[in-house]
Amino acid sequence: MPAEPTVAVASGKGGTGKTTVAVNLALALSAGRPIQFLDCDVEGPNSRFFLKPRIEASEEVAILVPEIDDSRCDRCGICARVCAYNALAVVPQAVLVFSELCHGCGACALLCPRRAIREVPKRIGVVESGRAGAIRFLQGRLDVGQAISPPLIKAVKEKRDPDLTAVIDAPPGTSCPAVESMRGSDFALLVTEPTPFGLHDLELAAGAAEALGLPRGILINRADGGDGDARIRAFAAGENVPVLAAIPFDRRIAEAYSRGDTLLGLDPGWSAKFQALYEAIRAEIP
Amino acid sequence: MKQLVVVSGKGGTSKTVVTASFAALAGNAVLADVDVDASNLHLLLRPEVLERHEFVGGSKARVEARGCTACGRCRPVCRFDAVSEDGDGIARVDPLACEGCGLCARVCPASAILMEPCVSGEWFVSRTRFGPFVHARLGVAQENSGKLVTEVRKKAREIGEREGRAFLLMDGAPGIGCPVIASLAGTDLALIVTEPTPSGVHDLERIAGLARHFKVRAACAVNKFDINPGNSERIEAWSAGQGIPVVGKIPFDEAVLGSVARGVPLVEASEGPAARGVRRLWDRVREHLA
Ligand code: SF4
Ligand code: SF4
Repeated sequence: MPAEPTVAVASGKGGTGKTTVAVNLALALSAGRPIQFLDCDVEGPNSRFFLKPRIEASEEVAILVPEIDDSRCDRCGICARVCAYNALAVVPQAVLVFSELCHGCGACALLCPRRAIREVPKRIGVVESGRAGAIRFLQGRLDVGQAISPPLIKAVKEKRDPDLTAVIDAPPGTSCPAVESMRGSDFALLVTEPTPFGLHDLELAAGAAEALGLPRGILINRADGGDGDARIRAFAAGENVPVLAAIPFDRRIAEAYSRGDTLLGLDPGWSAKFQALYEAIRAEIP
Repeated sequence: MKQLVVVSGKGGTSKTVVTASFAALAGNAVLADVDVDASNLHLLLRPEVLERHEFVGGSKARVEARGCTACGRCRPVCRFDAVSEDGDGIARVDPLACEGCGLCARVCPASAILMEPCVSGEWFVSRTRFGPFVHARLGVAQENSGKLVTEVRKKAREIGEREGRAFLLMDGAPGIGCPVIASLAGTDLALIVTEPTPSGVHDLERIAGLARHFKVRAACAVNKFDINPGNSERIEAWSAGQGIPVVGKIPFDEAVLGSVARGVPLVEASEGPAARGVRRLWDRVREHLA
């Protein structure tokens, strides 16, 4: 087991309380040691409303997109043919670049026989860093109108300090951004709620974490002790994934959340529970 | 046919609850779930699947180890760090990291890298009590959800036009990235369902900015507005300042979770405050679509 593990907090869909769990876990751990928090939910980074960090630095993140030198280009059309994402179109007078479709793979520039393509940076968002008490805080923010977030998520993760325990708030879902956020972590904590929606999306998230080869654990949020909980526990047992914790359904928690308050702020007793959760996570990491 | 997409910056239950209720209230709609990453609408509409189609979203590179001469050219050209080499320098591709650009295959002098189309999901045409329904399931860790969204929308539009449906109602994708862009573009109205959380205004701001960027008209509804009246007022004030009409406010109501647990649209399961709020919301949305 790594001395300072990275725990990704993920969920199949938004609104399950993933940010609540990540934030409170980080706060509980920060009482005993310096730790870091990475908000990789770059399409909607919301942890800052609860951790209230002081942002000290901001760096632009860009991908490389093609720029055509019309004086060299003879409109042979090779670039448009090699682009797997239809980001280039050759018309009689020019080559059109649809930069929002471009993944920045570099194929067009490398394969242009007339060396008419230069790659230029295009900003997609920012990585911000700062501190929230004892927590080193990092977050990515995707610019509105940009479609492709994985390079920004990578940029956030590149700033991770390997000598500090890390909690990652991963984006919801199971496609590229969620996978990119979890990749390279030591553990995936899957947050769900005891509804048919929650169970359905948990199955997907559990599959994504498994595909990445990560050890997994489940946290049931808004647990009510009823049939929904039982179905999630049955799924967990069938998949051999442990249920590590549950947070009860409580309107006071929803209200605290809406004020930007944390569970630890609502009741300091949560600190010991999240520390126990962390010990349970460590025990699951080989 | 008028196209409505129901979105919420951060995802969550409410957009699906609202869309399912609209489906029940509209009577004459074609329905689509374009949240292909975490599709939930089928859990409330209980479709009977009529057609099932494979979705090929793109391709992935695979190295034929026999052909690889360990020349080392492919690894540095891959911008996605998907190519690695074993102890003998033989290349291999991590399919979860590969974005299918094909550059490695083009530079390989031994033609040892194949680009193989990958089935990355399925989409369905179904029948429900409320009208035809097109939905999808994206495979785990797959790319190109935007393209799948476009596919689902295209099919739903086709069916709606053929059958003379009055509305195309869509449960939209979360976030602001490629799938939500694909679900917003070209619709008649984006209904943004938000909540009075500390991030509520920011979530709304981002998605409203996106709608503006793609020249889509937006309206806003506040779910669980009574959980935090102060934040709800901030959302309303912000919307008013942006010229975005607030077309509904839905109170906190445990009947919502009950309807989800039973797998029926809220307006069928309950006559309570949230259900009444959703009915009024649909009346206003219909006026805005007219
Ligand atoms: S860099 Fe890649 S994705 Fe971008 S335009 Fe060129 S070939 Fe297409
Ligand atoms: S196809 Fe593109 S992304 Fe995939 S391994 Fe080859 S170079 Fe990398």
